[in-house]
Amino acid sequence: MSVSQAIAVDRPPPQARGWPRARIVGYALVGVWILFGLGIVAYLVHAWNAEFFARYAPAYLQGLGTTLSLVAISMVTGAILSLPVAYGRMSKNRILSALAYCYVYFFRGTPLLVQTYLVYYGVGSFRPELETVGLWWFFREAFYCGVFAFSLNTAAYQAEILRGAIESVPRGQWEGAASLGLHKLQTLRKVIMPQAIVVALRPYGNELILMIKASAIVAIITVYDLMGNAKLAYARSFDIQAYIWVAIVYLVLVEILRHGVEWIERRITIHLKR
Amino acid sequence: MPAQSIWTLLSWGPDGWSDDIASGVLVTIVLALATLPIGLTIGFFVAFAKQSQEPSLRLAANIYTTVFRGLPELVTLFLFFFGMPLLLQYLVRLFNPDATVDVNSFIAGMIVLSLIFSSYASEVFLSAFRAIPKGQYEGGYAIGLAKWQTMRLVILPQLLRIAFPGLENCWLSLLKDTSLVSVVNLAETLRNAGVAARVTKHSFLFYSVAALVFLVLAILSSIATGYILRSLGRREAR
Repeated sequence: MSVSQAIAVDRPPPQARGWPRARIVGYALVGVWILFGLGIVAYLVHAWNAEFFARYAPAYLQGLGTTLSLVAISMVTGAILSLPVAYGRMSKNRILSALAYCYVYFFRGTPLLVQTYLVYYGVGSFRPELETVGLWWFFREAFYCGVFAFSLNTAAYQAEILRGAIESVPRGQWEGAASLGLHKLQTLRKVIMPQAIVVALRPYGNELILMIKASAIVAIITVYDLMGNAKLAYARSFDIQAYIWVAIVYLVLVEILRHGVEWIERRITIHLKR
Repeated sequence: MPAQSIWTLLSWGPDGWSDDIASGVLVTIVLALATLPIGLTIGFFVAFAKQSQEPSLRLAANIYTTVFRGLPELVTLFLFFFGMPLLLQYLVRLFNPDATVDVNSFIAGMIVLSLIFSSYASEVFLSAFRAIPKGQYEGGYAIGLAKWQTMRLVILPQLLRIAFPGLENCWLSLLKDTSLVSVVNLAETLRNAGVAARVTKHSFLFYSVAALVFLVLAILSSIATGYILRSLGRREAR
């Protein structure tokens, strides 16, 4: 085979010319999206209401702050809580691993909304008992209840992420570190974790995005987060732009995070690229 | 009202709430099952568009998944539940000025859950598409099958088998997402449990029952999917 033939074989197929069916459908669908986007922009321009904006924009900003702090606190608390759960899941002790499994199964198998209700309305209904223990101030506040439910929930998911990441590191790494005389904690910190983090980054990023999206739920238990303020604005004005604005804010937030995680992942896996 | 025991509250009949919760469970299951075929179909076509050679088709499909995976489920639900009647009313009034449009919360929930489910399922289908070697298409063409026949007879059976575990996850999150529709007053499990909780003041009991229901549904689905997976595996060519 001559050189020119070899090059000809590797060449990708030529681009389809003209108007094949896929292109017609594709252009039509993109057209629908463009129309949809223009429709929303036109609606927002048409329904532009300076009074609405002046009244609710600060509330939305405050709500964004509430949402972000709720997610941040829950993620951090969940990360701390996930350590013993992940330890339990990986432990050889039957009872410990069964307990951890049940915890994870419960929080992953039931809707977050049910868990939030269970904490806010369910635990909150034991007021006298909570008052005697001195925990009523905590369960009285919807925000704290949201943080509580979200932390327990994300701890279950994060424990699974952590376990998956640690188990993805080959056993030889543990054995190698042990033969160098590192004890278990040192091995975990200096050998296993740096490798596990590369694996865990994307799932952690996804979990963060899921938490931001799920945090809209706390609006139902009367927390004035981003969604809660949108609900309030809609209830007062019956103006659908309340929800359109909040949708745009969430979409932008999630896209920024998604691209941020992708950027970090590109940076920390740079040594794996060839 | 005398203090009722927990067992009276959980009994079946006028004093108890089990029958109400059971009817809610039925609505939850019907909603999830009604969403499934629509979501799977849309998801398949979105994935099909995403792996197409045509850039405009890919772009349209990517916008779809970006939007519906990026928006919180609750926001999508509220946008549809409150926005769709406005839009439909606007359109209908072009023809009939006195018409009013009401959107059923079951239908709104079904549409929104289909949109969300399909955007997640499309990712699963896409990775399944990528796992199928090109030789399978070429083999199909080589024995004289048309494009559509190759897709139906050669690709789709393998695709479903590869995508199944991922679709199981999508199904489980669909099952959990049905609880969100309770917010727009659909009388499903969580809503009925909430009514019972408010009337009887036994919140913890009834929300625990709701959690248990979802847990049991999840366990039942994993038993069912395990069974399907085994029968799929048995039919696999060796």
